[in-house]
Amino acid sequence: MIIAIASGKGGTGKTTVAVNLTLSLDNVQLIDCDVEEPNSNLFLKLKLERAEDVSIQIPVIDEEKCTHCGKCSELCQYNALAVLPDKVMVFKELCHGCGLCQMACPQGAITERDRTIGIIEKAEGEIEFLRGVLNIGEAMSTPLIKRLKEKMNREKTVILDVPPGTACPVIEAISGVDYCLLVTEPTPFGLYDLRLAVELCKELNVKFGVIINRDGTGNQDTEDFCNEQGIPILLRIPYDRKIAELYSKGIPFVREMPEWRARFKDIFRKIERVETEK
Amino acid sequence: MKQVLVISGKGGTGKTTLVAGFASLAGNAVIADCDVDVPDLHIILQPRIQEEIPFYALKAPVKDESRCVECGRCREVCRFNAIDEDFNIIDLRCEGCGACAFICPVNAIEMTDREAGRIYISRTRFGPFVHAQLKIGEEASGKLVTEVKRKAKELAEKENKELILIDGSPGIGCPVIASLSGVDLALIVTEPTVSGIHDLERILDVTEHFKIKTSVCINKFDINEEKTNEIENFCNENGIPLLGKIPYDSSITRAMIELKTVIEFSSPKTSEQVKKIWSKIIKRV
Repeated sequence: MIIAIASGKGGTGKTTVAVNLTLSLDNVQLIDCDVEEPNSNLFLKLKLERAEDVSIQIPVIDEEKCTHCGKCSELCQYNALAVLPDKVMVFKELCHGCGLCQMACPQGAITERDRTIGIIEKAEGEIEFLRGVLNIGEAMSTPLIKRLKEKMNREKTVILDVPPGTACPVIEAISGVDYCLLVTEPTPFGLYDLRLAVELCKELNVKFGVIINRDGTGNQDTEDFCNEQGIPILLRIPYDRKIAELYSKGIPFVREMPEWRARFKDIFRKIERVETEK
Repeated sequence: MKQVLVISGKGGTGKTTLVAGFASLAGNAVIADCDVDVPDLHIILQPRIQEEIPFYALKAPVKDESRCVECGRCREVCRFNAIDEDFNIIDLRCEGCGACAFICPVNAIEMTDREAGRIYISRTRFGPFVHAQLKIGEEASGKLVTEVKRKAKELAEKENKELILIDGSPGIGCPVIASLSGVDLALIVTEPTVSGIHDLERILDVTEHFKIKTSVCINKFDINEEKTNEIENFCNENGIPLLGKIPYDSSITRAMIELKTVIEFSSPKTSEQVKKIWSKIIKRV
């Protein structure tokens, strides 16, 4: 089973849930898909090794063959090519690697080369762990997330730590998962962003439930919203200074507060039940 | 005209809370929300929308079923897995490159304009405000950010505003990079946690990469004083100005629930800190 931990709003506790859930279950593969700011391993402290470089293909122009007809630049939807009278410029950061220019060039003057956008690191052992790390200055994270997801181990429970927001990296991360846990906080910002995340799950046809973090700090509106919409609230994590302090030090709170393991296991059981009903 | 951007790397460190506070102090400024996929600033600023502008970015393929001969060429060339086994286009996966339309031998696919979001030009109790909402599942958040910034600049010129105050998004990717362009000062809001510090270092690499003048402030500094010291030392060693420290204060959450800024609502101690940080920002730009 593949479970994604997402949120809409940043900083609601996705990584906290992903890590503590991982530590409460057996036979788990955790994949940190927040490749812009991968934080899971700050808590797990596993020894990582480099698994592979991830790249996309970008065009290389053969100036001998090129007649500067401008077809490539005209077709490119990302403004990644500019054809000057005697030269073609490739703006590699803008290129999505779609390959259209190479397909369309009437002279066959375009080939492609790999451009690295980030790396995948892994750890093996009791917890199988993978993460992607996007290179600094790189705009596109989706190809890296896509590659990470190709490495999902279906024989295990796969937990995906998803980046915040509802844009393309999030879609890539939660497409095709069995269940999405939406972590929120009971505040107006948390609720607004939760609504967007709910819309996204519906659009992607992904089953979902909510975890309310820092319960007790905000107001009742989030709870009311979930009840009205018939969205299950699977767990409430109270605002607790001890949890916040453990988080700040990089200690998963189930390690110091083992009574929580059963609660995380229980979420998993509830999700399994939803799965078997399918 | 100067541009101040508030970013964080890590989400949920208090960007929007601070920007709302600054907005109430800024006076002659245009406010812009460049977190276009999950914008929150409007919740506090309660804008009166004056103009709503549809945003078109990438074109989207539309298939004419009556022409399609199911040859499968489109599926072969699509690198984004956006065409399924039955040759349907999966909108959510499509990046709008147009390879399918180009390769189709019977011209069954046409690239058409698709609304990817909306830009709003509004008035608030603190001045003009430009914000946007990306449609669920749309690409092009970077392009929408650029468009919001362009509109904010136009408005600032038209109304003789000296400053654009910008709320950014978390992360270090596409929308963040788009929001950094032309900025005079980026303020990074961090928190004294292992994640906060890790993400601070990543976003600082990005601002350095794009040669943007950067300062830092620490939110909830008293959650872990040891980590706060670590951040202070890190900033000192790297010559990055630390503009202030804000305590953990439950009145900040209460302010949000009252839909008020921290200046309008929270405890005097917190409010003083935010004012101090703002005055240092103004000095630096």
